Amino acid sequence: MTRLLSTDIALALDRRRLLAGLGLGGLSLTFAGQAAAQTATQNSGGRPKLVVVIARGAMDGLSITAPYADADYIRLRGPLAMKAPGEAEGGLLLEQGFALHPALAGLHSLYGEGQLRFAPAVAIPTRIRSHFDAQDMLESGGERLHQSDSGWLNRALGAVNGRGLSIGAQTPLILRGPAETSSWAPGGRIGGDDRLASLLQDLYAEDRMLAINLARGLETEAQAQSMSSGTGGSPRRGDASGLGSAVARLMTGETGADVVALSLDGWDTHARQNAQLQARLTQLDQLVGGLRQGLGGEWSRTVVIVATEFGRTARVNGTQGTDHGTASTLMLAGGAIKHGGPIGDWPGLKDAALFENRDLAPTLDVRAVFKGVLRDHLGVERAALDAQVFPDSGAEAPAVTGLV
Amino acid sequence: MAPSDSRLLASIALTRFGLGAKPGEIDTVARDAQAWLDGQIRTTGAPQPAGEFPNSSERVLQYAGYRDAASNARQIRRQDAPATPAAASASAPAAMAPAMGMESTENSQAQAAFDARRMERRNLVQDTAQEFLARAQLGATTPDGFAERWALFWINALTVSAVKFPSAVLIGQYEREAIRPHVFGPFADLLVAAEQHPAMLLYLDQAQSIGPNSTAGQRRSAGLNENLAREILELHTVGAEGGYTQTDVTEFARALTGWSLEGQAGNRAGSRGRQNRRPNARRAALVADQPGQNGFAFRPILHEPGARTVMGRHHSEGGEEQGEAILRDLATRPQTAKRLARRIAVHFVADDPPPALVAALEKAWLSSNGRLDVVARALIAAPEAWAPAPAKVKTPYDFVVSTHRALGTTPQRPQGVQPPLIAMGQPAFSAPSPEGWPDTAADWAGPDALVKRLEWASTVADVARDQREPVQIAEAALGARLSDRTRTAVSRAESRPEALTLFLMSPEFQRR
Repeated sequence: MTRLLSTDIALALDRRRLLAGLGLGGLSLTFAGQAAAQTATQNSGGRPKLVVVIARGAMDGLSITAPYADADYIRLRGPLAMKAPGEAEGGLLLEQGFALHPALAGLHSLYGEGQLRFAPAVAIPTRIRSHFDAQDMLESGGERLHQSDSGWLNRALGAVNGRGLSIGAQTPLILRGPAETSSWAPGGRIGGDDRLASLLQDLYAEDRMLAINLARGLETEAQAQSMSSGTGGSPRRGDASGLGSAVARLMTGETGADVVALSLDGWDTHARQNAQLQARLTQLDQLVGGLRQGLGGEWSRTVVIVATEFGRTARVNGTQGTDHGTASTLMLAGGAIKHGGPIGDWPGLKDAALFENRDLAPTLDVRAVFKGVLRDHLGVERAALDAQVFPDSGAEAPAVTGLV
Repeated sequence: MAPSDSRLLASIALTRFGLGAKPGEIDTVARDAQAWLDGQIRTTGAPQPAGEFPNSSERVLQYAGYRDAASNARQIRRQDAPATPAAASASAPAAMAPAMGMESTENSQAQAAFDARRMERRNLVQDTAQEFLARAQLGATTPDGFAERWALFWINALTVSAVKFPSAVLIGQYEREAIRPHVFGPFADLLVAAEQHPAMLLYLDQAQSIGPNSTAGQRRSAGLNENLAREILELHTVGAEGGYTQTDVTEFARALTGWSLEGQAGNRAGSRGRQNRRPNARRAALVADQPGQNGFAFRPILHEPGARTVMGRHHSEGGEEQGEAILRDLATRPQTAKRLARRIAVHFVADDPPPALVAALEKAWLSSNGRLDVVARALIAAPEAWAPAPAKVKTPYDFVVSTHRALGTTPQRPQGVQPPLIAMGQPAFSAPSPEGWPDTAADWAGPDALVKRLEWASTVADVARDQREPVQIAEAALGARLSDRTRTAVSRAESRPEALTLFLMSPEFQRR
């Protein structure tokens, strides 16, 4: 036990040399490529950082950035309608008739500093109401189902030679693909064990997937442990702020990740929506707060995207919840965000304006926002964006300008 | 067949179709691997975990007890709350002492109610943990590894997840009552048993769906919840590309109204009815007219009247049988056969399965009108399913259970199995969505997941009491699948724990 639970950092660092000595240099145990992304950043001296938070289960945009001033909002939302800013438990004032959910106080203070933007009516390119198909589409970046086995964030990483990291035991589709990435989840105890790691690399000589993934996992874990020494260690389950800081630690320093994908579950609010959203949004707010705190000076070079697969019905259902809908809200936060108003048009909530007389209608393809961030923040070239990262999206979803 | 071939087939059968070999099992199975598999396909269903557990009806009552304790605690808390802001701020020093005295009486009452609620909840959670342990124990010890894997496949294909507390309470009952008895019978029977089970009705919100024009729906503002109808179409039967529309979802949801739980409220309405003198449609609605099996009840008062059309087929006005007729229709659609044939092939054979295998399964399904014993026999008869190269990575659950089998041990406490499964990404009973657990190497063998597997393997290796030589353990578990490379590494290891860790993390033990 003691052998494997050793947290001896020197050993962890030594392991890299050892593995390289075993002829595994080609697996590139340090993250691939470091140079390209540097050219993109506007701020001197650091690499741009991007965190993509996927809110799985269909986040209700009408509750996140509530259009409280829309004449039809209260009629449609009835008991679920957010109170107007200024009233008790009212929303937090944004602009142009929108208010942020009161659980998002941290994000609202970012808004006050010009570090939060929102797109109130975005959607994936195809109209589907299946969580799983829609998440696949949101993450793969295609416009047809099962178009690709890889994710757009992975392909974007490949284009700029960046370092990618996903949070959780499973790598989400958005970060799967040819560019090698790592993954990490809280709760690790294993330290660097040179001998066992190298024996396993021998054992995996003909199993490339196990070889690469174990090597990357051990490296990230060693990094997480070396960075967390003295800063409180691994976060507990449900500690969103702690998770944010831990993720931030993995993004800083020489070998820190440039791009991170993580998921927040639990947005499928078919029943008793308000209580569920209160809990989920509190977590989201704490997560972003933890990231900001942990990133320190790097925050000024950071963009956080919060996106979901689709929105929810404009009307309340029979169980104080909402069912699967179409357009929802996307949020951009971070020190690198350029100040500005809502992204995209507001379609309104009149019955005739609703998609299929049911859902908030989309006015903007979500890919256009992703592309704007990738181009202006990470420096992905337009040709790569239109051809590889989001195939055939050039005409349909031109990159939104002026986000970063 | 040469003896070496029969040993290879036995090693493949035990791992690919089962949960791994126990010591000595390869020798037994090597006599006739096909017959070993075939003998497990019994129309009585899959084996059941051992132990005394309440049935669904009893469990629903236990849950109702918890709900009562919870609402009692809520009520007391509400009474405690200061009536006006003025009362709250009346804590000038002089008034402090009596105010505090009052508070402590009330607090102790509130505390007792709170404790009662917490106790009820803890009991429910512990029972569910015992159910999970019983399942893991069955997996670690059963001689019918294929029947068990086949049952686990259907448990996942028709997922109920413990991420919702009410369904967590009933999940053991769900697996034992709705799934295991039906896994080698007609798929339509399995499907009806699953969708009517209280665990599913609660997990996918069906229990609260009310027909807007039903007797209850006209009395109060309440309505449809489409969740179960949609997931049945998308995930349990024809699939997202099965050709249904939003209208089909809504029509199906209307047909399913009235599908509810027995008991639940028969009891509670009796004991607490007087508190609410106003007629309460919801409470009245919860009195069952027709108690069904496994705690299911149909409540006509919630059912949306009228004929329904789903995916082009007309279903005349009716009660419970209307929804059931639609389910049985969906169960035998060719899209359902196609979708589930592929899913079976992906689960047992390869992330990207040979088309010939999928075709064989689909054909067996269609020709037998969805008889799962016929489909299971087609799987074990397909030559593509016996390719020696192991294409699949074990799920964390399979890894943990097969480790116990290899070492000849049985998990003794929930704490022995739950934390490692959380770390490896597959917490007990808690699939992330109604789609169930994912099923490919990319899902289970990511960098962090492998680190967590290594961590657990080394922990197990350190405490293993198995005193056989590590090479013997590896040979007994992997048989002819043990590679020279792994055999050499295990035998050259510098310590027993290191040898066992290498064996457990070897490609041939991680894959199947």
